[in-house]
Amino acid sequence: MSIEITGVSKAFGAQPVLRDVTLSLPGGELTALLGPSGCGKTTLLRILAGLEAPDAGVVRVSGEAITDRSARERNVGLVFQHYALFRHMTVGENVAFPLRVRRSPDGEVKARVQELLALVQLEGLAGRYPTQLSGGQRQRVALARALATQPSVLLLDEPFGALDARVRQELRRWLRRLHDELHVTSVFVTHDQEEAFEVSDRVVLMNAGRIEQVGTPEQVFEEPASPFVMRFLGAVNVFRGRVDGGRAYVGDLEFSAPESGARSPAHVYVRPHELEIGRAPVPGSFAARVDRVVPLGAAVRVELSAPPYGERLEAELDLRRSQALCLVPGDRVYLSPRRVRVFAGRELEQDSLTASQL
Amino acid sequence: MRHSRATDDPPWVRRLLIAGALLFLGAFLLVPAAAVLWEAVRGGVDLWWQAIVEPDAWAAIKLTLLVAAIAVPLNTLFGLAAAWSLTRFRYRGQTLLLSLIDLPFGVSPVIAGMVTVLLFGAHGWFGPWLQAHDVKIVFAVPGIVLATVFVTFPFVARELIPFMQQQGSEEEEAALVMGASGWQILTRVTLPNIRWSLLYGVILCNARAMGEFGAVSVVSGHIRGLTNTIPLHVEVLYNEYAFRASFAVASLLFLLAVATLVAKQWMEWKHRAERLATERSP
Repeated sequence: MSIEITGVSKAFGAQPVLRDVTLSLPGGELTALLGPSGCGKTTLLRILAGLEAPDAGVVRVSGEAITDRSARERNVGLVFQHYALFRHMTVGENVAFPLRVRRSPDGEVKARVQELLALVQLEGLAGRYPTQLSGGQRQRVALARALATQPSVLLLDEPFGALDARVRQELRRWLRRLHDELHVTSVFVTHDQEEAFEVSDRVVLMNAGRIEQVGTPEQVFEEPASPFVMRFLGAVNVFRGRVDGGRAYVGDLEFSAPESGARSPAHVYVRPHELEIGRAPVPGSFAARVDRVVPLGAAVRVELSAPPYGERLEAELDLRRSQALCLVPGDRVYLSPRRVRVFAGRELEQDSLTASQL
Repeated sequence: MRHSRATDDPPWVRRLLIAGALLFLGAFLLVPAAAVLWEAVRGGVDLWWQAIVEPDAWAAIKLTLLVAAIAVPLNTLFGLAAAWSLTRFRYRGQTLLLSLIDLPFGVSPVIAGMVTVLLFGAHGWFGPWLQAHDVKIVFAVPGIVLATVFVTFPFVARELIPFMQQQGSEEEEAALVMGASGWQILTRVTLPNIRWSLLYGVILCNARAMGEFGAVSVVSGHIRGLTNTIPLHVEVLYNEYAFRASFAVASLLFLLAVATLVAKQWMEWKHRAERLATERSP
């Protein structure tokens, strides 16, 4: 079932949380709402669930406006960040709860609970209490419970946030496979870029109550629509420069840039893995000094300074390249950006990302 | 004993403090309690029993049970409503409501009794109207109930508010999204979750309701066999030099205190076990 969000705004007191959000999600997809904390993603999810009412705007599911419907009547499945399992009920009773409050016949409830526990691979644990389960198991109980009434939309709030790294990995893949099986329209909230990319069909990047970009993981990573998206999706080197016509200039370096007309200040962004390191100068390269070499397993991060272009630059090399170069701190090298993204504007945008990193 | 931590005090300080605490407890709690029990049963269990089933004493016991049976459920309902509204909604005046709930803790019970008399007594604000309609409040059971309700109303609310605050409302929201009605959420999610806190508050409330002296003393009029509760009856007997009977009836209050302590301890233990379980599941 498709979801249409049109012009939704919400403020808590004087603090605006969502500003005129418009978003359209096709049915059957798994969408990630991605953004830093405080960007409004959880509020948007709660508005979809009916737990918050928007100050303005309309939410439609399958073309039908549901904004005025209470959370009770929406038949959405919601998985809370901390699962919100009923601690005084067993796993079986938890999963049965949404069916019991609808007064489904007893036999039907039992069969459905069995079916759901099998779906989340917890068949043997119906008699356990939530406190007797591991984090990953609790999460799957919460999911089974949310799916019990065959909701039109499944919503997940930071579904992997409270789990340790290894369990998180497993559950991500498992959730993706489950979604491919069920094809229920799903929206999940996360602040973790990797998680969003691994699990979702579509990523919605949010910042300070607005949507910055919507697209597939490849699209938002390869063609970021704004400096915020660029900086949020992984590490990035920023160079101050200017644009003039279709060219961008940083010192005596020159790059092609989107046509911008008049001359104006700009920032040039280069991802660490797109910053080439060489021992000898090549056209379009600039000199830098190696400050530190950090092994990251399969890759190596090199921290460099290259006045006047920038202090604290980062480049990422694969292991083979790094072994061939044999870098040590103090080495003089030449950097050539393989790919740049240019955004016009005098100042780095003040956004919740900068705020949270200060 | 070895010093294992920097914050450990030297052994003599510890022993001194423990001895001091025990001495204090002994002098001010254990000795008087033992004295009450001893005086109550000194003449034999038969005499003790006679003192209790003596008609006036029996009337006091029944009245005390009646008052508690009215005041405790009322305050349980009030406590639930107050805790619910204070922890589940945001509105203006919440802090004010919270302080008002604490008022009976801060006001002397005698004042509470006086207020009741001032409002409902023969010369009180509503006195003439009440007399005209032949309603007796002061020097009758309704006045005793009113004073008791006033004195005991913080207990349940005070017990529930911190617990419900700590629990948050996520489970209730989850139930709502799953289609539960308000009543279903209350009976299937909220009440089972807070049951130990609630019971604990009820027990404390009950102990106070049965043992209240000051406020009840002002409004009751001390009519033997009619408006004397157990604590008032103890005083009446004592003033009449009927020491043995007085101690016998007082021993009932003592037993109530012991029962309350045991129940409280057991509940705290249950409660803590569940709270730990809650914390383990973040």
